[in-house]
Parts: sequence; C-alpha cells; structure tokens
Amino acid sequence: MPDKLAPQPLIEVSQLRYRYEDGTLALDGVDFTLYPGETVALLGPNGSGKTTFVLHLNGLLEGEGRITVCGLPLNKENLPAIRSKVGLLFQDPDEQLFMPTVLDEVAFGPLCQGRSEQEARMRAQAALQKVGMAAGAHKAPYHLSAGEKRRVALAAVLACEPEILVLDEPTTYLDPPGQSELLALLSRLPQAKIIVTHDTLFAEAIAHRAVFFYRGKIIAHGSVAELRQRFGWSARATSFTPAR
Amino acid sequence: MHIPDGFLSTPVWLSLAAVSAVSVGALAPKAQRETEEARLPLLGVMGAFVFAAQMINFPLGMGTSGHLVGGTLLASTLGPAAAALVMSAILGIQALVFQDGGVLALGANVFNMALAGVFAGYLPLALWGDRRYRSAAVACGGLLSVCVSGALALAELIISGVRVPTALLWLSVLLFLINGLAEAVITVAVVRALARLNVAWVRGPALGARRAPAALGAAAVVLSMAGVMVASQYPDVLESFADRAGLAARAKALFETPFADYQASWFGESWWAKVVAGLLGVALIYALLVGVTRMAGRRRSK
Amino acid sequence: MHQAELDEWSRRDGPLHRRDARAKLLVLLAYLVALATVNTVTPLAAAGFAALLGLAVALSRLPAGGLAWRAAAVAPFVVVFTVASWVAGEPARAMALLLRSYLSAVAVLIVVGTTPLPLLLKGIEHLGGPRFLITVVQILYRYLFVLSEQAQHMRLAAASRGAAGKGWQANRARFKAAAGAVAVLFARSYARAQTIHRAMLARGYQGVLPSLRANRWQAADWAFLTVGLLLCVSLRLALEYAG
Repeated sequence: MPDKLAPQPLIEVSQLRYRYEDGTLALDGVDFTLYPGETVALLGPNGSGKTTFVLHLNGLLEGEGRITVCGLPLNKENLPAIRSKVGLLFQDPDEQLFMPTVLDEVAFGPLCQGRSEQEARMRAQAALQKVGMAAGAHKAPYHLSAGEKRRVALAAVLACEPEILVLDEPTTYLDPPGQSELLALLSRLPQAKIIVTHDTLFAEAIAHRAVFFYRGKIIAHGSVAELRQRFGWSARATSFTPAR
Repeated sequence: MHIPDGFLSTPVWLSLAAVSAVSVGALAPKAQRETEEARLPLLGVMGAFVFAAQMINFPLGMGTSGHLVGGTLLASTLGPAAAALVMSAILGIQALVFQDGGVLALGANVFNMALAGVFAGYLPLALWGDRRYRSAAVACGGLLSVCVSGALALAELIISGVRVPTALLWLSVLLFLINGLAEAVITVAVVRALARLNVAWVRGPALGARRAPAALGAAAVVLSMAGVMVASQYPDVLESFADRAGLAARAKALFETPFADYQASWFGESWWAKVVAGLLGVALIYALLVGVTRMAGRRRSK
Repeated sequence: MHQAELDEWSRRDGPLHRRDARAKLLVLLAYLVALATVNTVTPLAAAGFAALLGLAVALSRLPAGGLAWRAAAVAPFVVVFTVASWVAGEPARAMALLLRSYLSAVAVLIVVGTTPLPLLLKGIEHLGGPRFLITVVQILYRYLFVLSEQAQHMRLAAASRGAAGKGWQANRARFKAAAGAVAVLFARSYARAQTIHRAMLARGYQGVLPSLRANRWQAADWAFLTVGLLLCVSLRLALEYAG
C-alpha cells in the first residue's frame, strides 16, 4: 500500500544509460530521485558524468532508460512542458547570455513560452528584481561582471517559472563574496534544486543530501559531510580512488 | 575589395542590392537545413570566429604576412548556403562598425564576396572534393573565391564609370592573384589542422555534386555577361571585335551608347529607364540561373 | 578594441541619441541616396551635403576629430581611384569620388555612433530587413568581443612560444602554428555554439528568436524624420535644377 503521506517525486530517473558518439559509456545505469523542496548536491571527479546526467533532465541529451519529470514521462510530446518545469543554469554564463541586452535575455524564456510581450516584460522585471539586477535591464552582457552575469543567467531561468532548478558548477568564476551572495540568493528560492559542484563547502551549506558520481554511476548517497569524509573529497586531496 | 559608397552608379548598386536581398532571403531556409543541426547560433558564432581568426597572422615569407579571409573555409565546413549567410553577416558588421564597405554598396559587396565568392570557393570542392583531392579542391576554391570577388568588384566599378587605367587594371588583377594564392595556402593549412582535430567537420561534395554542371553553366552565363559589359568600356577593343565578327552597326550602337559615358548622360536620359533596364538585366540573369539550376536538378534526380 | 570606442559613443546621450533608430536609418538612407544620385559634384553640391552633415555632427555630440579619423578608413581604396582619375585628366570625377565616399562614411558613422548596434539592428528589422540574417548579425556582434579576446590570447601565447628565428624553416613553423591556432579557435567556437543552442532550447526555443518590440515612436521622432527627409530631398532637387 503506497504511503499517502509520502510526497510524489519531482524527478525520477531509472537506469539511465548514455554513450558518446565515439562509443564511450558516459552513464552506466543511473537511478536518481528528487523530492519537492529538497536540494541535492552532485559530487564526483571530472568526467564522472555529472554534467552529462543533468543534460538529460530536460531532454537536451537522449539516453536509454526512463525519466519522469513532475509526473510526465520524458518524450518528444512532453518536451516543451518539461523544459518549462526544469530550469537549467549552465556553467559558463557567457554561453547562456546570448541576447543583446539583459531585458531581452530574461524575457526570452517567457516569450518562447508564448506569453504576450506585456507579460513577458513583467515576468522579466520580476525575475531581475529577485536577483537584484533590476537596474541593469538595459545593459549589454559584456558590460557585466562575472557575478552580475551569473545573476542575470539565474533571472533568465527564473523568468520561465520552473519548479526545479538545476545548476552546473554555479560558483565557477565567482570570488568568495560572490559565492556568499549566490548562496544567500539560492537559499531564498523555493524550488527544489540539483547542484553539480566541486565546492564542498558550498554544497554543505546548501544541500540536504548528496550523491557521488564515479565513472558514470552513482556509487554513494548521504549528506555532503558524510561523503566528504568517506571519499576524502576535500580541497587538500591529492588523488582520488573511491574507497569502498 | 570592399567597395565604399560613392563609387557605383545607381543602376549598379540598386540592382545588386535587390539581387542580394532576394538571394539572402532565399538562402536562409537552405542554410538552416544544411548546417547539420539547424542552428541559428552556430552561424552567428562562426561569424565572430572569422573576425577573430583574421587577427592571427600567417607568415608568407619575405617579411610579409597574411590572414584568413574565410569564405572557402566556411563553405567547406558549414556548406555553401550557410557560408554565404555568415559572410553576409560579416560584411554587414564590417560596413556598419568598421566602415569597411559602404551601406548602399553593401548589396554589391554581398554579391561579390558572400554570394559569388563563396559559390566560386565551393565549386571545386563540389566537383572534385573526394578525399584524395580535397586539399587541391580547397586550395582551388580559396584562389577562385578571391579572384572572382575581385574581378566582379572591378567590373562593377568600370561599368559605373570609374576610371580604371589599364595599368591599374593589371595591378589589381595581380593583387587578386597574390591574395588568392595566400588564401588558398592558408585555407588548406587550416582545413588540414581541422581534420586532425575532428574529421567530421570538413565536408565532402555530397550536397553539391548533383547541381555542379548546372552551376558551372550558370556561372559561365553570368561571367560572360559581366565580361561583355566590361568590354564595352574599352570601345576600341570592341570596335575591332565588331569589325571582325561582322556585327551589325545597330548592335554596336546598342553597346556603346548606354555605357560609354554613364555619368554624363545621366541628365540627358530619364534615369528611371536606366534603373529599370539595369534591374531587368540582372533579373534576367538571375532567372536564368535559377531556371538552369532547377532544370538540371530535376533531370539528375530522375 | 577598435569597436569599443564606437560602442562607447553610442551609449552617450544627446539629441540624436534619443531618436528612434528607424528615423535615423530612414534619414541616413535619404542622405546617402541623394549623395549617390548627384551626377557631378559641384562646389555648391559639396557645400550643401557638407553643411547637412555638419548639422548632424553637431546634434550627435560626437567628437568631430574622431569621426573624421574613423571615416578615413575608406582612404586606401578611395585615394587610389581618385589619383587614377586625376592623372587621367578628370579632376571633377576624382573629387566626386573622394567627396561622396568620405561624406557617406561620416554619415554612416554618425548613425552608428549614436545608436547602440542591437537597437540599430532591431530598427532595420522593423523597417523590413531580412529577419534571419539580422539575428545572425546580432549573435555575431554579441560574441565578437569574446572570441576576439580569445584570439588575442592565442596570438600572444604563440608569439611567446614561437620560433623566434628567421628564415624559411622558422616561418614554416610559425605558419603551421597559426593554422593550428585557427583550428583550435574553430573548435572552441563550434563547441560554444552548441552550448548556446542548448541554453536556448532549455528555455523553450523552438526555431524563431523572439524579440521585444522597438521603443515607442515619439513626436520628436516624427519631427526629426520629416525635417531630415525634407532637407535631403530639397537639396537633391535643388542641385538637379541648379546644375
């Protein structure tokens, strides 16, 4: 009998497999679940498949296995709906800010979703307000600092009103004050979050739990502190082999 | 090679602007289909790439250095339609931001460099681009694209009535050849380096092979008409030709009168008629191009 | 970078900066066409066109010296043909070439110097320009600076590493290094474009890049457009009947 009090997962991934064009296996049977309101950190060495994994969550990559987002199975028909539910923040903000001005950028999502121009502007301005960039609406992206670009990219994703936020290495290019700012900002957002990160301090501050990727598989679950200790995953680690 | 404003006569820049506008509009859907994953951002970013790549110097010996122009490189990696669009975008930025080429003359520059130049650069690859001859085809393409663009630009200047003394004419031709050779050598080197990184990027003749003979025929028509118009500027040459070929006196007059002194006769005759005549002439060439290409395509596919 | 100055100019404020891009484009076109269709550039014609341009320069609040210098980019090409015409005994035609191309260049500079390029492009689109191409130009301009910086780094890296020697072999090595650098730049650009495309898809892109409508047209724009067009047309007609 299913427990009626258990929350429905927002994301369910079952046995996800993905091969690159040259044949290498990037993901080797990954199972993952995300529940409402929680923040999960994805840890693991470079090349272990973390980024490849998150690119499957909104259908940018297509692998074998089953993915369900907010009750919708991931397939061609549901793609538009799923893409509006999953907000993906890429690692390099320069690759995410492609419109001439900040306002154009943040309004892009709502406009693509079919909102009227009036509505798109309103949502864009509300999103910019949330990240503290309302004053920069008419600036061009190359005039922004790294931190500002990061915030605008976040606003651009928030304007689509997603239910889930997926962030790929969000603290890259940010100085320590910038990182604290981002932390504070993210803590205020109600969406469930998946954060790919190398920054264990950041992960510990914001994530409820974490999973550890290694060679295309998730080899451990737990809190960030637990995993950090178990794998020696800290700034002073000189090499890495998963201790089992 | 980028023609500024103020050089071309109105029928020339106006009709070329019309042809370029129509061609670019027609190419957009083709470009989207040709670039494997139908990507708008790819064309924009590769345009920026060309600008950036032009900052890298290639030593050519004797203290000189050259840089990549890019039309043939783009055609051999993105396909001709996408390459034409990217080059058009580049020319637009060059005209607006760098004052390299005029605004009214943009149509002519696009025609010379983004359309004819890219097409000429791609043709050898389309005809002989299989693996064995790829480097030679690319080199040929590089040389052709620069020479064809240059020749067309010169032709347009002459037809517009700009005084080009014979010495300057030959000097320009020489310069085109040198630049063309540089482009050939540089493009081949880059294509080879690219193939070492990822063979998939350098494409073969798959798309063009069918239409190549038709394209050649069409190109021949365009070039011969341009050649006729240019030749008419050197009336003594034409006269001796006419005498030998026995052309009727009326035909001779037809060639000499409208082109002989373009600028001065501006006031005399209604310039509307000239504009219309110019537009009709180019429209005819264009229709011929499209018609021949379509017919050949249909024939081949059967 | 070279275009950084122009970009900075376009972000200033002034009477011309505040006008709608479409109005500026239309007046520019009228000026360029008037200039292009004048047959012989008499001193009167030159004075007329220069005067109109002077007025525009004043309104633009841009540095006249800077404008004059940037417009001189046309010089190499123009000087060659001007000299050729002069030597061939047609000084009138020579001056016509020189004046027309130079004045046209300044006119274009004034418009580009008082309008941020993205707004200018939007203006062209709203006047009926080819939408796909304009979007490509938009993205090109957005990444122009980013990629140029990358190329600059590569150039410096190659120079500091490169064969400092002279002679055929050193040149050949440098040539190969340059080809390699361009190839790497290509690869990075291609990868970057792929990520940008993914970012677009992630936010719902379905093939057409949306854009917010241009700023609202004001009364001042009507005034500018009318006066500008009138001035250009009347100058042109006056020269037609005076000459």
